[in-house]
Amino acid sequence: MKKITGILLAVVGAIAVAGIALHRHEPINALWIVTAAVCIYALGYRFYAAWVAARVLVIDPSRATPAERHDNGRDFVPTHRWVAFGHHFAAIAGPGPLVGPTLAAQFGYLPGTLWILVGAVLGGCVQDMTILFLSMRRDGRSLGQMARDELGPLGGFAALIGTLLIMILLIAVLGLVVVNAMKHSPWSTATVFATVPVAILVGVHLRRLRPGRILEGSVIGLALVLLAVWGGGWVDTHPLLRRLFDWPSLPLAGFVVGYGWIAAILPVWLLLAPRDYLSTFLKAGTVALLAVSIVLLHPQIKMPALTAFVDGHGPLFGGKIFPFVFITIACGAVSGFHALVASGTTPKLIASEADVRLIGYGSMMLESFVAIMAMIAATLLDPGVFFAINSGAGIVGSAPAAAVHTISSWGFPVTVAQMQSLAHEMGEATLFARTGGAPSLAVGMASIFGSTFGRGFLGIWYHFAIMFEAVFILSTLDAGTRVGRFMLQDLLGHLYAPLGRTSWYPSVLLSSTLIVAGWGYFLYVGVIDPNGGVNILWPLFGIANQMLAAIALSVATGILVKSGRARHAAVTLLPLIWLAIVTTAAAWQKIVSADPRIGLLAAARGLSEHLAAGTLPAAAAAVAPQLIFNQRLDAWLTGLFTAILWLVIIDMGRVCVRRLRGLPVTATSEAPYEAARLQPLTVGGPQ
Amino acid sequence: MRTVRAVLSTGLRWLRAVSGDDAYERYLAHHARTHPGAPLSRRAFYAQRETAKWGGISRCC
Repeated sequence: MKKITGILLAVVGAIAVAGIALHRHEPINALWIVTAAVCIYALGYRFYAAWVAARVLVIDPSRATPAERHDNGRDFVPTHRWVAFGHHFAAIAGPGPLVGPTLAAQFGYLPGTLWILVGAVLGGCVQDMTILFLSMRRDGRSLGQMARDELGPLGGFAALIGTLLIMILLIAVLGLVVVNAMKHSPWSTATVFATVPVAILVGVHLRRLRPGRILEGSVIGLALVLLAVWGGGWVDTHPLLRRLFDWPSLPLAGFVVGYGWIAAILPVWLLLAPRDYLSTFLKAGTVALLAVSIVLLHPQIKMPALTAFVDGHGPLFGGKIFPFVFITIACGAVSGFHALVASGTTPKLIASEADVRLIGYGSMMLESFVAIMAMIAATLLDPGVFFAINSGAGIVGSAPAAAVHTISSWGFPVTVAQMQSLAHEMGEATLFARTGGAPSLAVGMASIFGSTFGRGFLGIWYHFAIMFEAVFILSTLDAGTRVGRFMLQDLLGHLYAPLGRTSWYPSVLLSSTLIVAGWGYFLYVGVIDPNGGVNILWPLFGIANQMLAAIALSVATGILVKSGRARHAAVTLLPLIWLAIVTTAAAWQKIVSADPRIGLLAAARGLSEHLAAGTLPAAAAAVAPQLIFNQRLDAWLTGLFTAILWLVIIDMGRVCVRRLRGLPVTATSEAPYEAARLQPLTVGGPQ
Repeated sequence: MRTVRAVLSTGLRWLRAVSGDDAYERYLAHHARTHPGAPLSRRAFYAQRETAKWGGISRCC
């Protein structure tokens, strides 16, 4: 029976992939992509993941998991595998897979889609599952601790610095996405602002009024945020209130920074925890709704399979398809960040080693599917509309007439009237130059939902999508600032011991301020950048994220070789080699390329020449010195990432060579075998 | 009618388990099985759970 399903899956998958391959010069239906994706995931899970689990990781269901051995009813709790899957997916799911594919759509739908599928099945899912397994065998130790224990202090330090930097870049770029969605949009701004008091209300409910009634609190919160979406529309029609929420991007960035700072020093129960419940429910609901709508509506993909921008002059960000499609997709295919979640909370929930495949590999498959849906939502728009929304004013010109002229000249016809009527339908004044991916995704989602559930509510759907992304992003911003704070306190504690105490208020204030200042700086530069800022920040974030994935894969490869499984180490070594090539190539181009759209130093040089010659308009000249400094700083950061990555790889290689030559290496930190006695779990039944 | 109710109650049980709504009941059951003495109050239990959850990296990009 299993063989028949396998063969069937392979045949359907092959037909779908062939369908995609043959539809090269005509519009393709989104169902082809969905079918191909589902079949590839199913095959990957059924065969590759099963083989890796059985032969490479050598999963042993007779072995007691840390949840069973240390069961304390609190953090170590044996949990039903589907419940643990839900928890893990909620933790790895973030706004990254929504933004990355939208930006990568400038190359056409095909390159991004292929990498989301191949990268996830052979790279990202394997990384998540392997790290989850290794951490589970080590009582839930973190990636940094495993790197330190198994490779040496260098690996641990590199993982710490890498995480801290990636966190700062991630928050800055996500903050920029929210700011660009809210700028001069009273409806979006009012709705997003309203989610803050809603979260506080839910927080008070869950802490003070009815402790721990999570479902009840979440349902109340969801009703209120939906009300906020509608209420924002009302604000938009009110002449006075409208002006109150109509802001340009610089003050909005100020709000986001101030908000981030306050949120980071408030207790978690007041804002972070309740908003996280809301965003989890919103994500689960929206993803399900989107999947159902795409299948019901089966829209045509209007973006070509490949655009001319594969040669590197794309308007969203500069850079050729290799290596930048891999850097841009990032989280939807391979996310180094997941290795941090997979080593920590989730391993303490696993009831049986046999569940690792579903929780580790399966959750990432679902995350990757979210990326596929984001790609569909971006590419079903008219390409002209897509580029008009996502191209910065510095690329296509700030006047609508100039922008549509430039975009139409690329072969993607669009008119000012078309953009105006679309903006009007979505309840916005304009959709030009709304870079960052969120608005174009929201337009795509609104078109899908609108066609499925009635076009009369396009404005509501658009702002629902904006709210959904903003709630997500604000959660990440808040949680990320907090994690950054913990890490910084850990580092500062080495300089002056009291600074390391996570509950000492002066230390909390100092470290929170430093972290917020860090991402606030990048956010500020992104906002004043006439090209939109996302074009610089997102590739930098992508490089950092893929570097972290390569560090995680190095740790995994090192442990596999050390534990005598060198024969199968290719499972993590090959994705590692690929990521090392991609990240290094991207970093190299970002630093040395002579094209100012790609090379950071070339851009800084070009800008300072223009500044010195006095050829810049007054507004551009005013911000030029800051942009020049930032581009140089980014180049240095990129170099630092690459150096850290290669240090870890060399350290891993050293450990592997010693082991293969029979020289002594540090002992394994794996917990000793204990037989499992746990009975199969039921949900909600008798314990 | 009975099957509809059974499906709904199973659904609710799953939702409660996935969202953590039933965590306190599971903690009480665990406590009764393994520890003598009084368990934490509902409020104290959730307070502790939240602090533990957000003490580390629990949210991704």
